[in-house]
Amino acid sequence: MNTNSIENVSRRRFLKGAFSAGALVLGVRFLPQVLWAAVREPLYGPDVKDAVFNPNLFVGIEPNGTVIIVAHRSEMGTGIRTSLPRVLADELDADWTRVKLQQGIGDARYGSQNTDGSHSIREFFDVMREMGGAARLMLVRAAAQRWKVSPDECETRLSTVVHAASGRKLGYGELARAAAKLPVPKKQELQFKPSSKWRYIGKSAPMYDLAGICSGKPLYGIDTSLDGMVYASIEHPPVLGGKVKSYDDGEARRVAGVRRTVQIPPFKPPYAFQALGGVAVIADNTWAAFQGRSKLKIEWDNGPNASYNSTEYRKMLEETARKPGKVVRNDGDVEAAFAKGGKIVEAAYYTPHVAHAPMEPPNAVADYREGKVTAWAPTQNPQAVQDAVAGALGIKKENVICHVTLLGGAFGRKSMPDYVAEAALLSKEVGRPVKVTWRREDDIKFDYFHSVAAMYMKAALGENGRPSAWLQRSVFPSLMSTFDANTMYGAPLEVGMGWNDIPYDIPNLRVENGPAKAHVRIGWLRSVANIYHAYAVQSFSDELAHVAQRDPVEYLLDLIGPPRIIDLKSIGYWNYNGNTEQYPIDTSRLRRVVEMAASQAGWGKRKLGKGSGMGIAAHRSFLTYVATVVEVEVNDKGELKIPRVDTVVDAGLVVSPDVVRNQFEGAAVFGTSVTRTGEITATNGVIDQSNFHNYPVARIADAPYYTKVTLVESNAPPAGVGEPGVPPFVPALCNAVYAATGKRIRELPLSKHNLKA
Amino acid sequence: MIRLKVNGVEHSFDGDSEMPLLWYVRDKLGLTGTKFGCGEALCGACTVHQNGKAVRSCVLPMSAVQGAEIVTIEGLGKNGLHPVQKAWIRFNVPQCGYCQAGQIMQAVELLNSKAAPTDEDIERAMAGNICRCGTYQRIRAAIKAAARESA
Ligand code: FES
Ligand code: FES
Repeated sequence: MNTNSIENVSRRRFLKGAFSAGALVLGVRFLPQVLWAAVREPLYGPDVKDAVFNPNLFVGIEPNGTVIIVAHRSEMGTGIRTSLPRVLADELDADWTRVKLQQGIGDARYGSQNTDGSHSIREFFDVMREMGGAARLMLVRAAAQRWKVSPDECETRLSTVVHAASGRKLGYGELARAAAKLPVPKKQELQFKPSSKWRYIGKSAPMYDLAGICSGKPLYGIDTSLDGMVYASIEHPPVLGGKVKSYDDGEARRVAGVRRTVQIPPFKPPYAFQALGGVAVIADNTWAAFQGRSKLKIEWDNGPNASYNSTEYRKMLEETARKPGKVVRNDGDVEAAFAKGGKIVEAAYYTPHVAHAPMEPPNAVADYREGKVTAWAPTQNPQAVQDAVAGALGIKKENVICHVTLLGGAFGRKSMPDYVAEAALLSKEVGRPVKVTWRREDDIKFDYFHSVAAMYMKAALGENGRPSAWLQRSVFPSLMSTFDANTMYGAPLEVGMGWNDIPYDIPNLRVENGPAKAHVRIGWLRSVANIYHAYAVQSFSDELAHVAQRDPVEYLLDLIGPPRIIDLKSIGYWNYNGNTEQYPIDTSRLRRVVEMAASQAGWGKRKLGKGSGMGIAAHRSFLTYVATVVEVEVNDKGELKIPRVDTVVDAGLVVSPDVVRNQFEGAAVFGTSVTRTGEITATNGVIDQSNFHNYPVARIADAPYYTKVTLVESNAPPAGVGEPGVPPFVPALCNAVYAATGKRIRELPLSKHNLKA
Repeated sequence: MIRLKVNGVEHSFDGDSEMPLLWYVRDKLGLTGTKFGCGEALCGACTVHQNGKAVRSCVLPMSAVQGAEIVTIEGLGKNGLHPVQKAWIRFNVPQCGYCQAGQIMQAVELLNSKAAPTDEDIERAMAGNICRCGTYQRIRAAIKAAARESA
């Protein structure tokens, strides 16, 4: 982020209306000057009606002392909308009670806004501090000039500059006008607070929108309402790539409140983020649109994906996993080591598709006028919305404005903006603002699914039951099939999620990936390939511990081996795009979370009753190290309860501890859903599940009763927190089931297994 | 013509009497605090009070609310926030927050009928309310705290 330059934009005309005259406003450029300047069209600000300003990451200080900070990342429950601005506010020494957030619209000038991959804090921490530090120094210099003292004699305290020697004080608001006339200090001139002086970073605080959420304020995409808006519900082709052969909307149009129907053309491969096609019913309210839709008579041409059957597909994946695949890491000589003998252990694991099912189904409002679209959407990626809408309508990206609302959950689903493209297409067709609302059935049937996967594992155990050789192979349809239907192998980022980065100390280690073609849309789901990879590696580790008759924690630590840095540059390991100097694979950090989690859970110390058991798993993902111990209770009827979870997290520096704890508590529940009941299947290309009755997710009594999250105190650079809780949870739960019942779970979900003794 | 009171205000409705109350309050009255999650009484996001009882508004046709007193999340606090809302805030319960209006409405009904609910009471009462973000442990803690405070 060091290449970004902070600019004083206080006197730019585009700020008029967004800020009062005399405000100090700093922006930062993420793009080279030429590109930045090339986007000349001013855009409308989210909260500022009729005012134009040039959105770039900024902080503004109003003459009345209000500090306005732009939140340019999407809020879906991770607290990022609050956390990043608090980093800025801390370095600015601002009074948080006088901070107002403004949600940034989609704009390439922010740099990437794609809020996925758990990287917001990591990537924007430094620039936020620089912005805050620069503004603070300008305010200090303005005060010093006024008082005719040296800036070194001045300090700041909660939005006030103080000259201790004379007892003089000036509020930031009073200084804004003068500070706005000063040049932006160079980065070398900034003096950052020592961490001991941090007021907000590392301290828990409520999310900015907390009270609004608890009192039902219209904050979410689905709450958007515009004058003259009509409501749409879309019948999608039941099979991916299917087309409308013919349809009859006579009855649909007779439903009270229904205005008309609109046929949406099928996508042109690759489907990417395009609308799926189908028939939309346009009505005066959501209910009428739903009703009209149920009266449509459509004949479909299903196309080649109608051959997709989960039962056969599974067989194919499992067979492929038994055959040599593409080698993505090769240490030592696995074949030679296997040939030498030792105890050979093999196991195969299988995980089905799962759906995101965020509580707020996909929805969007779009308003097309004279070649331009304004959209309001719960989206993780407003710039992808611009691209998708522009692509759908054949207009320029700059002519698409995307306002980002709060997201009622996302888990990756809302980084794929097909539903916004639909709203835009329909608005153009009907000449009014259109709100598209997906029913839950649409959400589950037409998701971009978490990939189905088969894993094959083989180890030779030598002395003391330690593996002398280890082979692992995974097969899954790749995410990249979204952009290229012929993709056959996992992308580097997928095989780099808990697979070729396996942090074990084994001399002969081979990691492979086999081919598979996708027949449904595959998407990013909270922690992505880490889920099935960690499930296989950590389950197999537990199996080997039992074969070796060793304690699973002690055995896991032995597998991880001595504290060291694992260098995987030679295999092109992607490391979540983190620089390996700053974010190496450090086994001492992985060991520490394992040891802490075991001791926190009372591993080997606490006596558990009959039918109870504990399981452990550890995993590094999104540059964060997590170990989880799950305790289960299984009664005579085979019913499972999860009384307790202990999770220890080393995510480096943590900005908002309580929000992070909430994320890991939630990850345990999300992992519970994946493990207990998460299963999407297809028959003849049609998804079998549709709503929460046949795609159950964890309810209060299914979820862990208590999850204790401990954050390792760390000065390491910040890493991801939204996703890394899920991968270790899943195998830890399965390992606990084994400890409690002796049943090894080699296939998810648990609901397929009879846990009765 | 269907007459009802929503958050103390009289309304009348003469549209499709099969329309669920959820869409009436959201699309017609603009009270969007009540959320759509499943449309099949499976998730609780749409929970409102009908004459003091928690109901799933997504499956409650307008024909069934003739003369009813409906309270939505927007009308819950008489003077400022309801104690349950305050407990939610104090425990930082929400993540995405989308389910929480429904959770709060359900919890208020529980506390109206049971001043000091046990874990089992809470699990039974809240069983129909899904939180996909997984805030259940905070929901339980906030309900207990709200119970203690009103005791
Ligand atoms: S929307 Fe009514 S219960 Fe789900
Ligand atoms: S807080 Fe997101 S669904 Fe409950």
